[in-house]
Amino acid sequence: MSAFDAAAPYPAGLEREHPQHAAEHAASELMTKRIIVGYGFWVFLLSDIIMFSTFFATYAVLVDATAGGPSGQDLFDLRNTAIETACLLLSSFTCGVASIGAQTNRGSWFYGAMTVTFILGAAFIALEVQEFAGLVAQGAGPTRSAFLSAFFTLVGCHGLHVSAGLLWLLTMMAQVFAKGYRADILRRMLCFSLFWHALDIIWVALFTTVYLMGVAP
Amino acid sequence: MSHFEQTNDPHHPDAAPGDEPPVVGHEATEQIGSYLIGLGLATLLTIVSFFIARTTLVWQPSIPVALAVLAIAQMGVHLVFFIHITTGPDNVNNVMALAFGVLIVLLVITGSLWIMSHMNQNMMPMDQIMQMQR
Repeated sequence: MSAFDAAAPYPAGLEREHPQHAAEHAASELMTKRIIVGYGFWVFLLSDIIMFSTFFATYAVLVDATAGGPSGQDLFDLRNTAIETACLLLSSFTCGVASIGAQTNRGSWFYGAMTVTFILGAAFIALEVQEFAGLVAQGAGPTRSAFLSAFFTLVGCHGLHVSAGLLWLLTMMAQVFAKGYRADILRRMLCFSLFWHALDIIWVALFTTVYLMGVAP
Repeated sequence: MSHFEQTNDPHHPDAAPGDEPPVVGHEATEQIGSYLIGLGLATLLTIVSFFIARTTLVWQPSIPVALAVLAIAQMGVHLVFFIHITTGPDNVNNVMALAFGVLIVLLVITGSLWIMSHMNQNMMPMDQIMQMQR
């Protein structure tokens, strides 16, 4: 980040004409940097989604390869999935509230919404860990069949992303607390909120293809 | 670079993904409206999805298709109301990157399913394979 900050925003030789435009230029440069950082992170997120698509493809190919073991119809509990979905959807909303709070320098909005987002995300992870532990306890661990290997890889990978997002969330709260609503902190907040919303989009695809289609007759 | 000419403000030719379109004199309470609409629509689509998955009211073979349509609609709601992807000229680059991502995702998923289903159809039944290995 520091190398990027130090880089000259304009090619050498391109002079700024009037000092009264300097503030305007500075604001415009910050805006440009925000656009570049946001766009770069957007491209990363899309490549992350492409990585998930390979796991989705693997799961879809292997969903019937149960090797005589339990299928999704025997294992999945839609009540658990519904609560997980509600947690993640609400946390996506509160994450949006937090990013508005950060943009408008409202500490109560930012800290309150980030705390709620963390609690909802942690509840999601707790439910998922509980589900995984239950599956392993009833002999339906990732080693049971190709279907279960693909299931644990896909759902576990999303869970790892959410866990990483929770760590990032705490880091963002600490950074805002220590450094305030600086432009570079707000850029990181933009990336974090994009990441969190993208996780919810992946979860929509996940609960539909894995859980709902898994139990559909 | 044609979209550069289309924007009114030459200083801000593009919008970062996730940033709301600039509205003159917008308040934080107004900004939250977009998230509230998104939350409402997404909740509605989720509830319909969960209802459809277990209902016996509709023709059973149509359920996976209905679920896929509902999921794609909900992903669209998230993109528009949470990530604020628009069709405006300042969003052309964001939409192009998204379109390329969607293309690759579709190629990976449909390609895998297509190839693997053909291989399954053409594969010798498992008992005959076991016979050959003896």
